[in-house]
Amino acid sequence: MTEQEILAGLGEIIEEIAGVPADEVTPNKSFVDDLDIDSLSMVEIAVAAQDKFGVEIPDDQLKDLTTVQDVVNFVSKNAEGSA
Amino acid sequence: MTVDRETVVVTGLGATTPLGGDAASTWAAMLAGRSGVRRLTEPWAKELPVRIAAPAAADPAEVVGRVQARRMDRCEQFALVAAREAWADAGAPEMDPERLGVAVTSGIGGIGSILAGYDTLKEKGWSRISPFTVPMLMPNGSAGWISMEFGAHAGAHSLVSACASGAEALGYGIDMIRSGRADVVIAGGTEAAIMPLNIGAFAVMRAMSTRNDEPERASRPFDKARDGFVLGEGAGIVVLESLSHARRRGAVVHAVAAGAGYSSDAYHIAHPAPDGAGVTAAISRALADARVDPEQVVHVNAHATSTPEGDPIEAQALVKALGSAADGVIVSATKSMTGHLLGGAGAIESVAAVLALRDRVAPPTINLEEIDEDVPVDVAAEPRPLTKRGTEPMAVLNNAFGFGGHNVSLVFTAA
Repeated sequence: MTEQEILAGLGEIIEEIAGVPADEVTPNKSFVDDLDIDSLSMVEIAVAAQDKFGVEIPDDQLKDLTTVQDVVNFVSKNAEGSA
Repeated sequence: MTVDRETVVVTGLGATTPLGGDAASTWAAMLAGRSGVRRLTEPWAKELPVRIAAPAAADPAEVVGRVQARRMDRCEQFALVAAREAWADAGAPEMDPERLGVAVTSGIGGIGSILAGYDTLKEKGWSRISPFTVPMLMPNGSAGWISMEFGAHAGAHSLVSACASGAEALGYGIDMIRSGRADVVIAGGTEAAIMPLNIGAFAVMRAMSTRNDEPERASRPFDKARDGFVLGEGAGIVVLESLSHARRRGAVVHAVAAGAGYSSDAYHIAHPAPDGAGVTAAISRALADARVDPEQVVHVNAHATSTPEGDPIEAQALVKALGSAADGVIVSATKSMTGHLLGGAGAIESVAAVLALRDRVAPPTINLEEIDEDVPVDVAAEPRPLTKRGTEPMAVLNNAFGFGGHNVSLVFTAA
């Protein structure tokens, strides 16, 4: 999975759950400050991302994923089948 | 006359019901005598003894939008839709948020979210439960959402008293204004409980109509052939306001929210006391609180759910409370058309009572083919004009009673 594919997949999830248009989900955006996503929606997004990308996101790491790029990096590092 | 307390008025009305997606369409359908009761075609209804209900005419999820709808229980969506309408009807007052309160409640709360959350727990495990489940199931959720929508900081409250909840919320709103805690209160009730568990649970009490083959004729308050209530859903919301605040901003006043009366039967958890003493007391206390004489009362929107037990008790209690003045009162049971909205009922029916007062017309009680001989009041089978009698101003009542023995009566007088 390329970073572009992860970003696109994440955009779809965020549009579905938080109503933010997928094309606004760009790497440097902060979930809280830029996309206005609260901690409850972030839990939903994390669960959907786990299902979509086949990764486990432990709670203690979820709190450190504050930007879109953070999630992309986490997924690309931990996704099943990644090197 | 000395002004010893704030007069509270109704300046906004909102509703979303089985008859229409707003107050105007609901009221027009009521005056036309239309039934909102339908066959339930969902597969889960097949195994139930009751396969009819009165679903909302408009899907609230479409009104609030997909993203917000996934964070809100259906009952919260109804409440928000009706609150927006009521607020707009009140002229969307620009005001001090510290003086704006909320009193919106539900009889049951987010039962659909409880059931869906439990299904997810069993099928997929705890981590797949929506993180919004708790705010969706709590019965104060509607009050919370509405306080956020309008920035209300004076307090958001949700008294719960089963099917009296909606009326009790209006009473609490009146108190908030009289006691000086708020100038404006968004008040009402909501319910979204057309689910297999609820229908099964009421059916097993033998409280519901099983007239499955004639849905539109199933809800028939005061009629001899009534056999139980029909479950409805939706919300009713009013904007209550101190008269002084309403005058300062030149608001249109629909009616005076003149008073509220309460009692508790302390008799049985689900049956009304047969002597109706609690109902009589609630009505008498409401009239006393409103400083209204029985002769001023022209119309009652009755609680009358269409159960064999409850309807005559209410009618007889009304006669006891009003005495000889009961003769000239026109009684309507709009649940004949909307079904029973449980915690939404008292609020929807208060909206109907205010509109009856404004338009000087009592809505019909449909399906009243032969009135029960134990019902000693004049029930309107057709729309009837309301004309003043006794002293001014004209007054109307709305009754609401709930399992637990809660009795609430509200009095509205002409603006």
